[in-house]
Amino acid sequence: MKITGAKMVIESLREERVDVVFGYPGGAIMNVYDEIYKQGFFQHILTRHEQAAIHAAEGYAKSTGKVGVAIVTSGPGFTNAVTGLADAYMDSIPLVVISGQVPTTIIGTDGFQEIDAVGISRPCTKHNYLVNDVKDLPRIIKEAFHIASTGRPGPVHIDIPKDVTADVGEFKYPKEVDLPTYKPTVNYNKRQLKKAMTAIAKSKKPLFYVGGGAILANCAYEIRELAELTNIPVVETLMARGVMGDDHKLLIGMLGMHGEFAANMAAHDTDCIISLGARFDDRVTGRLDEFAKKAKVVHIDIDPTSIAKLVHTNYPIVGDLKVTVEAMIETAKETEFNDYTNWVSLLRDYREKEPLRFNDSDSVIKPQWVIKRVGELLGENAIISTDVGQHQMWTAQFYPFSFPRQFNTSGGLGTMGFGLPAAMGVARGNKDKISINFTGDGSILMNIQELMTCVENKLPVINIILNNSYLGMVRQWQTLFYENRISQTDLSLQPDFKMLVEAFGGVGYRVKTKKEFEEALNDAIEKKKPAMIDVVVSRDEIVLPMVPNGHALNEMTLIGDNNE
Amino acid sequence: MNNFNHYYDTETIRRVISVIVINEHNALSRIVGLFSARGYNIDSLTVAPIIGSEYSRMTIVTTGDKRVIDQIVKQLNKLIPVLKVNEHQNVIEKETVLIKIPIDQPLSDIDVIARAYNGHIQNVTDDAIVISATDEPSRIANFTNIMSKFKPLEVVRSGVVAMER
Ligand SMILES: Cc1ncc(C[n+]2csc(CCOP(=O)(O)OP(=O)(O)O)c2C)c(N)n1
Repeated sequence: MKITGAKMVIESLREERVDVVFGYPGGAIMNVYDEIYKQGFFQHILTRHEQAAIHAAEGYAKSTGKVGVAIVTSGPGFTNAVTGLADAYMDSIPLVVISGQVPTTIIGTDGFQEIDAVGISRPCTKHNYLVNDVKDLPRIIKEAFHIASTGRPGPVHIDIPKDVTADVGEFKYPKEVDLPTYKPTVNYNKRQLKKAMTAIAKSKKPLFYVGGGAILANCAYEIRELAELTNIPVVETLMARGVMGDDHKLLIGMLGMHGEFAANMAAHDTDCIISLGARFDDRVTGRLDEFAKKAKVVHIDIDPTSIAKLVHTNYPIVGDLKVTVEAMIETAKETEFNDYTNWVSLLRDYREKEPLRFNDSDSVIKPQWVIKRVGELLGENAIISTDVGQHQMWTAQFYPFSFPRQFNTSGGLGTMGFGLPAAMGVARGNKDKISINFTGDGSILMNIQELMTCVENKLPVINIILNNSYLGMVRQWQTLFYENRISQTDLSLQPDFKMLVEAFGGVGYRVKTKKEFEEALNDAIEKKKPAMIDVVVSRDEIVLPMVPNGHALNEMTLIGDNNE
Repeated sequence: MNNFNHYYDTETIRRVISVIVINEHNALSRIVGLFSARGYNIDSLTVAPIIGSEYSRMTIVTTGDKRVIDQIVKQLNKLIPVLKVNEHQNVIEKETVLIKIPIDQPLSDIDVIARAYNGHIQNVTDDAIVISATDEPSRIANFTNIMSKFKPLEVVRSGVVAMER
């Protein structure tokens, strides 16, 4: 039996066992939406902006490990989605994003709502397709899911002209993908791994440097095992928060621009750095020629382009991280390692002497206190998303993450407006957890309309605004590096956030004391409704420690008196 | 020891890279986009389908330091429609040039020089002659240089094709 292209899209999503799609309709994609109306097996969540549809799919994908799916229309629908695609690409999030396109007969004529979508998405997707013929659709969708979720994951974009969704063809969903040109390397090189393990075993101050790839490859628990077996300390990047679990004694903390003293010193002093799914991002390494200067480098990554892109690598290993770490565990069992007790206790001493801290206050709420308190109250019962800015860094520093996929943040692109829609995707994918979004008074206004989506779909996201009446992170740089010229970062004029969320049908709070905050949080959890807690926090707080741009990791500004 | 010395090693090298890629409308733009987005050079690029297959071969001549060349090869390999990337070490390279020269120039001189570069006169009209030559890229560069004396009206170079010896 022949079916339309639109029906093929739906049937393909059924074959992929998709259970939720985030999207927004429009002219060029209406055939597909008509089929969405008729089908009954996946939920369609109508976001109020296409960017949010993509971020919601990201939050869903990041927190559940499944592929996120979004559908948008041509032209403005698609261009709105681009920021989301770029965000997912930078953080290697598996997504399949389908867009409508004008009919093939109109392509190239500057038709109504026509835009060269595959031209725009090319640099911000892992792969993309323009479907010219309805008979290619099932194969392309199959390939898209495969490409998005294997190798180094990433977003895949499928652009479908309107006449292709109307056209009919025979539907047979392929069982296998036949892509002779795409074969990600899963298996590491055995000899190379052996050499690397010998080098690690002989080193005196080895260090596991763990990145977001560890979470994408689902091998956090294997990394814990490997660390315990070898007694090698671990530092995490922003994207790897949750890999070790914050009470693990071998975790030395997060490293990088706002990393911990101990973690940055560990990277500075190590004589053998073992990168597990990390990519030597400039926010992590600080001044590159000073980073891990004394160390031999073992770099393990599924993506060969990541290896030796920035640093010379003594032991490059391409392979799936889980498979490789499992092999490292086996080899480690038969290998004699040096004794790292002193090295570990040195780093733990650093951590004790220079812990992450802030000067708490009773007269005003400190933003760090809010995050720490939520951590104490909710701990592993919550999945945390953030927007971008100071609140994001404080969340990475002060929330006690205990499992992988507990922390969703826009790392690579640093997209303000990510938090609320991502937390919405988290809420949809994890009904047994509380979805918290730590946000700023700047960021929240970038996708505030999604409160409506949350209310409509009963997604009880709790947004906690750390309201400092500034674009805080930019103001921080102005204070530190621009002689306090506060150019366009003062947000003294603000909406009434409590009324705003209530206008959408959620619950709102504005709190000025610690006690009020705890009451509001408890109330919001109890009500199980989309909520916004507007917390008035001290205005001039600065995120510390900080490695100033272009400095080495050991040249940090520590937590001192300037953080009143 | 410093892991990052080579990062500053800026000695520029020239490389001929051939890429076997699936014939699809997007393929060329993917490859060119990769170079432009990352600030890599393309000195020349030629494309033609491989007979009897669904693939095309592209020959790209590029320059950059070792790290850049390394990244180019890896990034090309990473593109989904790319089957194979060859970084040639020992190749035969050929390039063709077409040059149009006004008819009032000393034709016999031109003919002699062209023959020295394996070239010859292709076409003659009332106003101009067209000569062509096919040779190694560096010799084609020389030839074009010399021909500039004869006030060429148009010069068209084909770009390099290459094959492993
Ligand atoms: C879409 C976008 N625009 C601009 C920026 C630059 N930027 C980074 S942090 C920041 C300030 C964020 O302010 P706010 O959300 O209030 O958070 P705070 O830093 O005060 O915690 C800005 C403007 C960005 N990251 N994303």
